[in-house]
Amino acid sequence: MSLTDTADASTGLAFGDEPSTVQENSSMDVSTSDIPETAVGQPLVSDPKMTMRNVDVFYGEKQAIFKVNLDIARNEVIAMIGPSGCGKSTFLRCLNRMNDTIVDCRVGGQIELDENSIFDAKLDVVSLRARVGMVFQKPNPFPKSIYENVAYGPKIHGLASGRTELDEIVETSLQKAGLWDEVKDRLQEPGTGLSGGQQQRLCIARAIAVSPEVILMDEPCSALDPIATAKIEELIAELSENFTIAIVTHSMQQAARVSDRTAYFHLGYLVEVNDTETVFTNPSHRLTEAYITGRFG
Amino acid sequence: MDNMNLDQHISQRFNQDLEEIRSDLLEMGGIVENQVVDAIAALMDADSEKASKVLKTEDKVDIKEKSIDEECTQILARRQPAASDLRLVLAVSKTILDLERIGDEAAKIARYAIELSEEGESPRGYIEIRHIGNCVHKMLHDALDAFARFDVEQAIKVVKQDKSVDQDYATAIREMITYMFEDPHSITRMMNIIWALRALERIGDHGRNIAEQVIYLVKGKDVRHISYKEVKEKARS
Repeated sequence: MSLTDTADASTGLAFGDEPSTVQENSSMDVSTSDIPETAVGQPLVSDPKMTMRNVDVFYGEKQAIFKVNLDIARNEVIAMIGPSGCGKSTFLRCLNRMNDTIVDCRVGGQIELDENSIFDAKLDVVSLRARVGMVFQKPNPFPKSIYENVAYGPKIHGLASGRTELDEIVETSLQKAGLWDEVKDRLQEPGTGLSGGQQQRLCIARAIAVSPEVILMDEPCSALDPIATAKIEELIAELSENFTIAIVTHSMQQAARVSDRTAYFHLGYLVEVNDTETVFTNPSHRLTEAYITGRFG
Repeated sequence: MDNMNLDQHISQRFNQDLEEIRSDLLEMGGIVENQVVDAIAALMDADSEKASKVLKTEDKVDIKEKSIDEECTQILARRQPAASDLRLVLAVSKTILDLERIGDEAAKIARYAIELSEEGESPRGYIEIRHIGNCVHKMLHDALDAFARFDVEQAIKVVKQDKSVDQDYATAIREMITYMFEDPHSITRMMNIIWALRALERIGDHGRNIAEQVIYLVKGKDVRHISYKEVKEKARS
């Protein structure tokens, strides 16, 4: 079991939520006639870190994602926005095969990381999730010490040859997550004793301790106050120098502040992908415009 | 978006806020337009009473500018508007600046009108004033109309009109210089006419700025500091 698996299983987070929101949507009488067949804007980039082609996701009979084509560029921060139940979290979870853990969930299409399919039978899903890490909505530190929270991943992935090296990884990860100065004198205290914002940064430290290439964030600030949120956002900007980041957020201001590109999802379709600057000043599609300006779509 | 759908927000208050800055802007535009018309008439008819009326209206325009500016600040702070809403607030905020300046130029013309009326009649330069005055009044009227109807084509026409006003202004100035050569006694008087022409030409420039804001508002395209031809292509693309 991977680090991220454990993390999610320990809190039973989010997994249950998404199918139910999709269910909710199915009862809504919303026309899909306005939705473009292929996303408007610039969903594809040259030399992408990850590529998704014709990605469909089903929960049982119900289709939650329809034929999504999207590239994620190296070292970019891409934000996924859209109304509840639009499939953005489902889509995010495809990127490190988190949806595998949901019974009834079926993913179709092709997803590649550095030009290699993530569905390759030879690929170890645990190492995939080490390369494509995840941070969840609610901070979910293990019921262990701060030190152990960060050290756990590198230990099980055998990334450290000895105690000294492990100490180093823990320190660097906490530093990168902007938490080191606040916790360096109490590394042995439980991670759950930290404040919400600190816990979330601990989870980020835990995710980056295994040297991932891509970090997926599923509404990482929705349980945090504005100060803690600002710290995480600042961190996202710093992390993007070394990592590729895909973030799902309900806060449009947050998407506008942190991301380089923004993708708008609507009823399971990818409607528009563009530079964040363009999306928030002059979106191309009517549905994107309606959503970000708070109009009836 | 050609139709701004200002009444389509989930928040009714937001609908009202945006509608309010728009209608307040148009109201301010109406006041300023009247100022321009009165200032030109005061000059043509040597009517110092009308000129004083223009000067008195200046305060009203300034108050209006400040209150709309405050409304825009409130919307930005409270609503964090995006996309077309953001462009509307920005366009209003910039347009009121141009309107206020147009008011200032109208007041200048009114002051020249008072000075000229004291010096007695002399028809020289009046044809040019009337012609350019009519042109810039039309520009201002059309620019405000384009704003009211979010009409890009109308805005493009205003930009075109500004080009011809600039040409007419250059011709008029040459004429005035000729008059001054012919009759050096009239120089003081002609200088006032030239200043008035200059003020009218500036009003034309501000009218063009407003038209450019309309294009930005509706199309999201920045068409400032480019030629008429480029404006036309960019706005229609």
